Amino acid sequence: MAFFLETLIGGLMSGMLYSLIALGFVLIFKASGVFNFAQGAMVLFAALAMARFSEWIPQGLGIESKVLGNLLAFAAAMLVMVIVAWLIEKLVLGKLVNQEGITLLMATLGITYFLDGFGQTLFGSQIYKIDVGLPKDPIFLLEGVFQGGILVSQEDLYAAVIAAALVAALSLFFQKTATGRALRAVADDHQAAQSIGIPLSRVWVIVWSVAGFVALVAGIIWGSKLGVQFSLSVLALKGLPVVILGGLTSVPGAIIGGLILGMGEKLSEVFLGPMIGGGIEIWFGYVLALLFLLVRPQGLFGEKIIDRV
Amino acid sequence: MLYRENGQFKTSYRADQAVFPIAQDRLAILAIIAAAIVVVPFVAPEYLFRAILIPFLILSLAALGLNILVGYCGQISLGTGAFMAVGAYAAYNFQVRIEGMPLIASLLLGGVCSTAVGVLFGVPSLRIKGLYLAVATLAAQFFVDWAFLRVKWFTNDSASGSVSVAGLQVLGLPIETPVQKYLFCLAFVIVFALIAKNLVRGHIGREWMAIRDMDVAAAVIGIRPVYAKLTAFAVSSFIVGVAGALWGFVHLGSWEPAAFNIDRSFQLLFMVIIGGLGSIMGSFFGAAFIVVLPIVLDNLPYWFGIPIDTALAAHLTFMIFGALIVFFLIVEPHGLARLWSIGKEKLRLWPFPH
Repeated sequence: MAFFLETLIGGLMSGMLYSLIALGFVLIFKASGVFNFAQGAMVLFAALAMARFSEWIPQGLGIESKVLGNLLAFAAAMLVMVIVAWLIEKLVLGKLVNQEGITLLMATLGITYFLDGFGQTLFGSQIYKIDVGLPKDPIFLLEGVFQGGILVSQEDLYAAVIAAALVAALSLFFQKTATGRALRAVADDHQAAQSIGIPLSRVWVIVWSVAGFVALVAGIIWGSKLGVQFSLSVLALKGLPVVILGGLTSVPGAIIGGLILGMGEKLSEVFLGPMIGGGIEIWFGYVLALLFLLVRPQGLFGEKIIDRV
Repeated sequence: MLYRENGQFKTSYRADQAVFPIAQDRLAILAIIAAAIVVVPFVAPEYLFRAILIPFLILSLAALGLNILVGYCGQISLGTGAFMAVGAYAAYNFQVRIEGMPLIASLLLGGVCSTAVGVLFGVPSLRIKGLYLAVATLAAQFFVDWAFLRVKWFTNDSASGSVSVAGLQVLGLPIETPVQKYLFCLAFVIVFALIAKNLVRGHIGREWMAIRDMDVAAAVIGIRPVYAKLTAFAVSSFIVGVAGALWGFVHLGSWEPAAFNIDRSFQLLFMVIIGGLGSIMGSFFGAAFIVVLPIVLDNLPYWFGIPIDTALAAHLTFMIFGALIVFFLIVEPHGLARLWSIGKEKLRLWPFPH
């Protein structure tokens, strides 16, 4: 039982990290109808920027304090992500307004390749460390109930808290601020939003910046867990089945989808994997999403898809 | 001056429906094919065959298959590598397990197995489309990658996980030297390109295009979406499967699942986009472009005498690929094939543009 719970909690924690990536997908899809395949590349790019800035800035300015160095690096990385967002809007999306979804998807594939290459040209392609002071030691819970207790990684716990805080902040931003309202208006109906004077291109820059921010947070958490390396970009593909499960247009869907996926992945790997050869983590999420699509094409919380002729 | 159709009157329905209605086109294509068969084997150096010509032929075959699905039927697929892998491994199993199996039969049966898998993963396309379908095909990609890595039966219990074939021959003729391999692939490409060209001009191709342009409207005018979509998946994955089998058997000789990973899928998708969605010719342009570009980019610094280290060159290749994809989508969504036909239009009026 303790082992089961341990696996379950481990799964939920990694699910939370998947949710972070999925959140980036959902934000952009909601606001601009673009399925942003480049989210993974943005995570890698942001993490690379953060890792290198936290190295360069203290060196360059002679700052001793780690907290200050990290904060400055964070600010610099965020600035870079805003510039990236602005460039993407200016050079790519702005030119592809009113194109079909497929075209936009393929454009983001192009952006993915570009960012992967550009990030590594700019920041180098070794494995880098991000150290923001997340505690690494595991802790044991419920030692009174089970023998030996349940092992939980403290790092994961912090990551989950950060993710939850991020989601709360984002929903406040979307619900309560004027900018958030504008974003929702654009998501609802581009033309109507434009006709009442909401500047589309600015909204897109904002939403891509927000997605860049989410990518940065995800990149820092993943990066401090696994090290910043190219595989981050591939790992982010795991966000795809999450959004399919949860629904492309729903923020809570991204969270719950991530949790289901993380949980299912770990449990199936541990309990089902040995029976059919192991390593099934790689495809479990996708096949789960595929089966789910057959029953409910719009995902758990997505809006119903209506076709008009 | 040379390229115009004045005076070429079509006097029968046959002539009107010819694949290449203009005599100069027919001649040019025949000349290209003849040159590819007769001249190239004698003049090209061995490096050219190994590094460019054979990969180009096989990948253009795969791109042709993918183009039927993405370009003609509008169903996006990110799992092409998986279908190639199914073709390669199925052909391998036929070849190894059945004594005296003819090579061509195993390759084609590999294609048949790939068709079955393609149709299976195409079934979701009846309910889902666009982005969702892309994820469904990704499921195929990751599942197949895993299956060929972990399920020992598929690899004939080979200890290292990689499989190899040797001593290929067709009707007693060996296929060992680069020239023989090249001619073998060329034969496949010519036959399949002809079949594909005729399929897309026929009623089935029109059904695919109707589904691509607007599936609900197509259903209203009496096209069965189930039939159209699944045939597109079937034909596409058959061709892709045969290309995969050729890639494994002829180009690589021995391979492991990584040869057909997700990067291969993306590469093929890029070929189709850059070459031209919905164009047979475009598949060839795209394949040529994507096969040649990395080689040129690798060698460019040496030609100019500027040494770049290999990692940087690899990253630059990534960037140029990405930028080109975006560039083509913005500037010329129909790809190189469109530029080609614009060129031909211009040529018809040249040198008197009135």
